[in-house]
Amino acid sequence: MLKKTVLNAAHRALNARMVDFGGWDMPVNYGSQIEEHHAVRKDCGMFDVSHMCPVDVVGADCRPFLSRLVANDVAKLTVSGKALYAAMLNDAGGVIDDLIIYFLTNTRFRIVVNAGTADKDLAWMQAKVAEWKLDVTITQRRDGANNLGIIAVQGPNARARVWQVLPQAKAAIADLKPFFAAEVDQYFIASTGYTGEDGYEIMLPAGEAEAMWNALKDAGVAPCGLGARDTLRLEAGMNLYGQDMDETVSPLDAGLAWTVAMKDERDFVGKAALTANGQQKQFLGLILLDKGVLRGHQQVITKQGNGEITSGSFSPTLQQSIALARLPLGVAIGDEVEVDIRGKLLKAKVVKPVFARNGKAVI
Amino acid sequence: MSNVPSNLKYAASHEWVLKNADGTVTVGISDHAQEALGDLVFVELPEVGAHYDAEKEIAVVESVKAAADVYAPIAGTVTEVNQAAADAPESVNADAYAAWLFKMTPDNLADIDALLDAAAYQAVADAA
Repeated sequence: MLKKTVLNAAHRALNARMVDFGGWDMPVNYGSQIEEHHAVRKDCGMFDVSHMCPVDVVGADCRPFLSRLVANDVAKLTVSGKALYAAMLNDAGGVIDDLIIYFLTNTRFRIVVNAGTADKDLAWMQAKVAEWKLDVTITQRRDGANNLGIIAVQGPNARARVWQVLPQAKAAIADLKPFFAAEVDQYFIASTGYTGEDGYEIMLPAGEAEAMWNALKDAGVAPCGLGARDTLRLEAGMNLYGQDMDETVSPLDAGLAWTVAMKDERDFVGKAALTANGQQKQFLGLILLDKGVLRGHQQVITKQGNGEITSGSFSPTLQQSIALARLPLGVAIGDEVEVDIRGKLLKAKVVKPVFARNGKAVI
Repeated sequence: MSNVPSNLKYAASHEWVLKNADGTVTVGISDHAQEALGDLVFVELPEVGAHYDAEKEIAVVESVKAAADVYAPIAGTVTEVNQAAADAPESVNADAYAAWLFKMTPDNLADIDALLDAAAYQAVADAA
């Protein structure tokens, strides 16, 4: 039995193509996935991401808890509303999940974790609270009473469309810098996203999500499926948990070194393993020079040895195939490599793992 | 609801087959298949002159989402490919029955009779 978000009926009313997405019945596209992609790069689109799980962390020991729990350092969160992207590691330094932590007060933080990992994440967090004997209460907000829906509104016109629908929130959210959140009445509105475009992610009581979705649609926001979300995040060079990294992959080998605060004295789960193992692979981008489509798990042949594509697709912005890949150390940006696609070796160029953001190609 | 023309035969693997007057057959993917795949961005066609057994991988269509094999609906030799479909994969989305992929000379023309008719294929597509 697939789980449904509170917007399931709204997707079906729009004739969305629904798929089993990690146990959730989710829209992959409504019409053309490529048009949905362009809507976000050029105008404004919205995604139902209510399958993701908000987790409220409350108590006197929030900071010591989060400081040990994740590889990024919550000490960077000094202003209320500021958000931090972080990886939660296991003792071997593998990634249990990647998540966003929002700082509200010193006794109240909100974390948003991935859909498919939410159950194990919650169990891990609860176990750590007990093990470290801390005054912290962990409460998931996806299921049951007081659950939240999440709508991501993304694109150059996203802010203006949200102000139109939520005029009472405009004063609080108009000047939010990237990666901040504001609470306005029952709404939690964050300037975060997974597309490489400006916009908001709106958390709200689940019972109000469908009315909000319809109001945004009436304001001209294009409903977009998880298919476009995937090509948008791929172009933006953003990792997808389960493809680009998982519990067997170090964040240092998944392009997430920038989220790992190693330099100070602070200890966190997985730090010893990261220190001992160091970086073993490079996480880089590929652009296919021949015709075809790069896909996850294809082998990459380089002068320094073989690597593997972790995510690949067709880039609607670049009009050619792109990928994220884990490659041997020593491979350099600008190198030409080969990719094994169904037994044929096709040429690809190694690039920085960011392809398009803010409406434009950056390659 | 996808379009299933009644003048064509179909394979359960979602290819359509048109019997031509010259003894060849024209093959493409069904409207249901293009709709399920979504926006096509790459088409890999077979080599003219190559022989394929029935149900062997003969071509590849890739959408933004996924790659899908196209299978030879019957045994035969490829006589012609539609380069225009490879040059503009979106033409298959626009009209899957106009944007054919290849033509072949069947080993046994009678093999066509064993393929699905429109009603039988519609049932397959509805169950997918």
